[in-house]
Amino acid sequence: MIKKNFFFKGYRSIFTHDSPAIALTCCFIAIGALFKNLGFNIQESIFSTVLTYALPGSLVMAESMLIGASLLNIFLAVWIVNARLYPMAVSLFPLMMHRSQPKWKYYFSCHFIAISAWLIMKSNYKNIPKKHRIDYWIGIGSATVSVSVIGTFLGFSFSEYLNKDMMLGLAILNPVYFLCMMIGASKTIPVTLSVLLGTILGPIIYLFSPEWSILIAGIIGGTLAYLVGEHSVS
Amino acid sequence: MSANIVYAILVTSLATFLSRFLGALTSEGIKETSKLFKWFNCLAYATLAALIARTIIFPAGVLVDASYYSRSIVVFLSLFVFFISKKNFVYPTIFSAICMAIINNYI
Repeated sequence: MIKKNFFFKGYRSIFTHDSPAIALTCCFIAIGALFKNLGFNIQESIFSTVLTYALPGSLVMAESMLIGASLLNIFLAVWIVNARLYPMAVSLFPLMMHRSQPKWKYYFSCHFIAISAWLIMKSNYKNIPKKHRIDYWIGIGSATVSVSVIGTFLGFSFSEYLNKDMMLGLAILNPVYFLCMMIGASKTIPVTLSVLLGTILGPIIYLFSPEWSILIAGIIGGTLAYLVGEHSVS
Repeated sequence: MSANIVYAILVTSLATFLSRFLGALTSEGIKETSKLFKWFNCLAYATLAALIARTIIFPAGVLVDASYYSRSIVVFLSLFVFFISKKNFVYPTIFSAICMAIINNYI
């Protein structure tokens, strides 16, 4: 089963000085308010946050519902937007794989892959023995989902008190926090170049292909950064 | 719960879980020292950076109401706070929300 001390060590990562708790809560406050405006009830809003637990996907779902898109359209739009979760999973799970751990832990905990939990794990995994990293990861994921649920509840409950300026403030918080986290994580040539190229290419490619811009920018930028990194090592 | 909303939530969560699950499944045979892993690591960082840049420059949702200039000013000022606060994540984050509300209201 799950080793409690590593689970709680992961859970407590949300309370550190550089924790994403504030940013996550604020973003999900905005999402909770958006859900209420869309006609969701409190159960549906929390159900959505727990089951989806990905901000861009939730936003796409909300926008698709506003224009009356079909379920197939919602599926495809969300799948394209959240396809970034695939490379995130592949670049994280090999760090946690251990023979002694049951497979269900990995299949269950892949649900926690999101920018905040991913960046916390990436910056802390070296301090955790490999055998117990999966328990630590489940702790981080449980903490970030808890915070998201609290944010959704607050946003839903107090949506009538949130004016346009407050919503704008909540909306800018998330990209700024993650931008700072990405810059903070840029400690090697390949990662620094990946962040730089992704930042430049993402908006440029958006002009030609809005739907695929994130994936194309990720593949081109990431591959170039990888090749430069390999070249500099050799 | 309304059936349409529940179906939309289920479809959204399925579409999201698919990428996560496939990632977990395919990473079983990948070693953390392999070149494939390093490549995927670069892809993940570049994809996230592209997503964040797109969110700021071509936003969806409520951020559309803020002008391009106000978003840019807030991001640059927040990065300035990030660097002078010795790369603390919390100060620039809180600063960005307050700054955006002020800039959008008065400028």
